Amino acid sequence: MGAYLKLDHIDKTFTRGSASTNVLKEVTLDIDKGEYVSIIGHSGCGKSTLLNIVAGLTSATTGGVILDGREVNSPGPDRAVVFQNHSLLPWLTVYDNVRLAVDKVFSGTRSRAERHDWTLHNLDLVQMGHAKDKRPSEISGGMKQRVGIARALAMEPKVLLLDEPFGALDALTRAHLQDSVMQIHATLGNTILMITHDVDEAVLLSDRIVMMTNGPSAYVGEVLEVNLPRPRKRLDLVTNATYLKAREAVLKFLHERHRFVEAA
Amino acid sequence: MSMPALKLEKSSPAKMAQAPAAQVVKMPARQRPALAEKIVPFLKSAAANIIPPVVVIALLVGLWQILCSAPGAALPPPSSIIQNSWELIAHPFYDRGGLDKGLFWHILASLQRVAVGYSLAAVAGVGLGVLIGQSTWAMRGLDPLFQVLRTVPPLAWLPLSLAAFRDGQPAAVFVIFITAIWPIIINTAVGIRNIPQDYRNVAAVLRLNPLEFFTKIMIPAAAPYIFTGLRIGIGLSWLAIIAAEMLIGGVGIGFFIWDAWNSSLIGDIIVALIYVGITGFILDRVIAAIGAFVTRGTAAA
Repeated sequence: MGAYLKLDHIDKTFTRGSASTNVLKEVTLDIDKGEYVSIIGHSGCGKSTLLNIVAGLTSATTGGVILDGREVNSPGPDRAVVFQNHSLLPWLTVYDNVRLAVDKVFSGTRSRAERHDWTLHNLDLVQMGHAKDKRPSEISGGMKQRVGIARALAMEPKVLLLDEPFGALDALTRAHLQDSVMQIHATLGNTILMITHDVDEAVLLSDRIVMMTNGPSAYVGEVLEVNLPRPRKRLDLVTNATYLKAREAVLKFLHERHRFVEAA
Repeated sequence: MSMPALKLEKSSPAKMAQAPAAQVVKMPARQRPALAEKIVPFLKSAAANIIPPVVVIALLVGLWQILCSAPGAALPPPSSIIQNSWELIAHPFYDRGGLDKGLFWHILASLQRVAVGYSLAAVAGVGLGVLIGQSTWAMRGLDPLFQVLRTVPPLAWLPLSLAAFRDGQPAAVFVIFITAIWPIIINTAVGIRNIPQDYRNVAAVLRLNPLEFFTKIMIPAAAPYIFTGLRIGIGLSWLAIIAAEMLIGGVGIGFFIWDAWNSSLIGDIIVALIYVGITGFILDRVIAAIGAFVTRGTAAA
């Protein structure tokens, strides 16, 4: 029972009329404080549903989520989400997007000046301080995602939930952001749960990789420990035997044993 | 070919001798093209936008003049309108008491009625639109009713309104209200229903309370739709007030037109129509401008 975040026998069935689809089956996962865990699987395997259940945006049919000794079943700032499509409010500036979260979470505990400083601090953390007065439509996709990360970090969440955060970005921008996330994880020691479908990303960033089988009724097929010392350097890992082995294990899982069967 | 070479030879000793003078000469030389560069495109674009409508209007007025100059024509040509209705055209601000006022005062009276009725419609319309956009049950219950009521022509409400209020003024305001409210309700509801799930998720994670959700997410997200409804609503209001005033009487551009018809002052009617058209155009542009200002940044994601 020592786990910081515990996903306990989560089952999820979507019901529409008389038809019902079992998406997740008996998903159980323990995550320690400060751990970086990735969930990988083919699209449609229910990994986003799983993240939404942890976030509280969707409720599990049976089973539950325990965070820091307490069951959680509604959304809250202790489980900040970085959404795949950044989800910044387009009518607010970069600063105001982060400030909205800061004001909401710390309205009772911090003064106005402290909240202002905290907002700027978090923007600086993702190197976005220079664009604080711009609107989301005026910055690039990678920058938007940085702001999304700043907004999530600014809530001081117990767990940071990343929902395919780099999926919509080009390869170079993605690499930059991955480095930033690794650096933030190293500095702040956040507990992070990330959804991804990128094998390299999963191996590079995670302490553990949770591999999901194909849906319906997806379950945790295998959990891989990535025993690579941190800080990890992208270039050094290219020839690293442990890295290559981990990469091979994930690829084999995804493409040999649980190949994605396309519908018709 | 040899000319520039000659010039160069001549200018080089001159530069050496009086360098500051050369600089002074350069300054206005630089400014002249810069000023011209600014003005010429501006004039060009202004001409491109102004000349076509001016030409079209001139042609139409000319055609009108020719068609209505024939003896026995039912409508007066522009030249005789200017002659007969000159007082109306030249003095929009005169006031001799009663109904004998300049067109400005008639327009103003109509605008006041529209302002009251339209403001009420905007507030109630956005409120009801939020309700049926947000609540499935409210939509199921109210939407069929709204769909039927919105097809009732504005003037059909007037007798009922007169019976209820027993006075022309509030009855006219009610007709404006009931005319303008439907597009506002329907567009607001569509805007609320189209709020992306992402924004709702953000609100959920931040635990925004209903009031914060309303002011910080819902209204800004739906603003483009709301302003579409408001813009259609102001146009309909202006359509309805003219018709309603014809029946109600009193000061107002609608009754002015009816009065002019009864006095067979066809020229006055045409002058009034031009005023009505321009006022309606300005109203539409004002709402559009407010909308553009309020929703700046909202439409682009």
